[in-house]
Amino acid sequence: MVRIRFIQAINTALREEMQRDDKVILFGEDVEASIFGDTRGLIDTFGSRRVRNTPICENTLTGMAVGAAASGYRVVLHMMFANFIYTGFDGIANQMARMRLMSGGQVQLPLTVIASYGGGRSNAAQHSDTPFAPVMNLGGIHVAVPANPADAKGLLKSAIRCNDPVIFLEPGGRGGELGDVPDEEYLTPLGEAAVVRRGGDVTLIGMGSTMRTTLQAADMLAGDGIECEVVDCRSLAPLDEATLCAAAACTGRVIVVDESRDRCSAASHIAAVLADRAFGDLRAPIKRITVPDCSLPYAPASESHLLPDADKIVAAATTLVRAGEVT
Amino acid sequence: MKGNLSPDVSQCLKLLRTMLLIRNAEERLGADFRDGKLPGGVHLSIGQEAVAAGVCAHLDAGDQIASTHRGHGHFLAKGGDPRALFAEIYGKREGICRGMGGSMHVADFSRGIIGANGIVGAGLPIATGAALANQLDGDGQMTVCIFGDGASNQGVLMESLNIASLWQLPLLFVCEHNGFCQFSPAATVTAGTISDRAKPFGIPVEVVDGNDVRAVWRVMAWATDHIRSGQGPAFIEARTYRINNHFEREHLVVTTPYRSEEEVSEWRRDRDPIAQLQQWLRDKSLADDAALAAIADEAAAVVDDSAAFAAAGTVPHANEGAGFMFAGTYS
Repeated sequence: MVRIRFIQAINTALREEMQRDDKVILFGEDVEASIFGDTRGLIDTFGSRRVRNTPICENTLTGMAVGAAASGYRVVLHMMFANFIYTGFDGIANQMARMRLMSGGQVQLPLTVIASYGGGRSNAAQHSDTPFAPVMNLGGIHVAVPANPADAKGLLKSAIRCNDPVIFLEPGGRGGELGDVPDEEYLTPLGEAAVVRRGGDVTLIGMGSTMRTTLQAADMLAGDGIECEVVDCRSLAPLDEATLCAAAACTGRVIVVDESRDRCSAASHIAAVLADRAFGDLRAPIKRITVPDCSLPYAPASESHLLPDADKIVAAATTLVRAGEVT
Repeated sequence: MKGNLSPDVSQCLKLLRTMLLIRNAEERLGADFRDGKLPGGVHLSIGQEAVAAGVCAHLDAGDQIASTHRGHGHFLAKGGDPRALFAEIYGKREGICRGMGGSMHVADFSRGIIGANGIVGAGLPIATGAALANQLDGDGQMTVCIFGDGASNQGVLMESLNIASLWQLPLLFVCEHNGFCQFSPAATVTAGTISDRAKPFGIPVEVVDGNDVRAVWRVMAWATDHIRSGQGPAFIEARTYRINNHFEREHLVVTTPYRSEEEVSEWRRDRDPIAQLQQWLRDKSLADDAALAAIADEAAAVVDDSAAFAAAGTVPHANEGAGFMFAGTYS
């Protein structure tokens, strides 16, 4: 094991995959300067042919990714902030997600869209969104959401090797976070959730940015004698429904923690899946801890009030478990 | 006008064949639609065939074109299989896209036809990406993006012009200016001269009579030479006219006329690109009536065969779509 930062994990994944396959190209706004640090230095190794700064023109960048991928390249497009996915949405929603079916399976689109998502840093409402819902709903695109450096590296390597489009959403502001990463080559498969903690009282399901708060909450709850089964979705599309259902069955009480706005969130979809597939194993209604249907404000107190945090999870879990004890 | 080369007789006859194939195919598709034989609508390019034929005459199999919702002609001119085109539009499994795309999405990636597109202007970024691939490949191949005057008002035109010029991509912009953005005459929605939009980016432009196939061919000879010699992108504005409606039977939903019958008749009578080429061949004694009739019969026969092939095709299963969503493989 080696201990590296989130951005190093992403950078290493890009570096390894660009070394492995010279058809891998990377472009995006300021991938050279790399404000997050995840693409920094790649141009020095791979040159300006394969690593290209682009103008700011998201609608063209997403379409270009489709055109270059359809023409035989393995494209990594860095969109910087996830809100910019909205700006470039035609290339994603109407082209990338549709072209394979519309062509009757003629074309494959090996391309990965990277963006940093989520709030908590006073970046205000146009740089803080968690756009799981719009991209999960497209069909034709995989959605990967790493919660730690090991999965960031493993998921990104899988995404780049995948012959279908993948949107890779990295939790914003977490680039410096350290984690253990295997020394040897490995891949984290798309579509596989991970059970990261075992417990019999309540099941906590999180993804990406909410995993840190979810694990904090599990520690706090353990202090109160409540043991949590904790699952990291890792991919939202495809969603590992079997693992989620099994984890739900372990405790019969489920809380889904998601930084999306609540309406049509990843959490609400997961709750619907569990209600369909695991109803007989549930002992209580499924709870969602999400962002209310509100844009994220700039003022720190106003913003943090809306975001999922450990206290909210602890309160919800305690209520669920205590309610079970009364009955 | 730029371009010194002119098409020779055999090239002219080939252009005529291509245009007649497109005309016959689209007239049949229009009739099929009106007869209720097609599951969806069709946008026909009748009157605009010289652009497709003249442009694609200069492209090799490995060159790529991105096309529009009015893209049957581009598909056929680039070498797409007429049988597979008809079967697609009939919604059959034998279609080029297995019946999954239909009229607005005809594509044959094996022939560099990287897709008609139902989103106006969306071909521009895709073609820019394809041209980036051509540049990285470094094998002299190029991409042509054919888009309409309607698409010229999308912001992606400016974005694509900027990147194409900045990176000197082997990309040809062909604005097939047919005078109408759906139901709006161009003058009511488009300011200035479209090709002027490329000039500030340092991209050389040429405006051509899009109903004169020999002129289109000539300008294309210049443009492809410019691009293949590594001098970066070029821009052609081909001015033509959409004889048919935006889509067939549009009068059912569009009740206010947006152009006069006289205007349409005039273009049909005096400016038909096929009749003009036939007349020129006759005037120059390069082809006689019998030879011209034989070419027309040949096109009609291909279309008869294609329509029969499509009619006899098989219907995709109800659940067939899901299998086309993902490749499901890894490199």
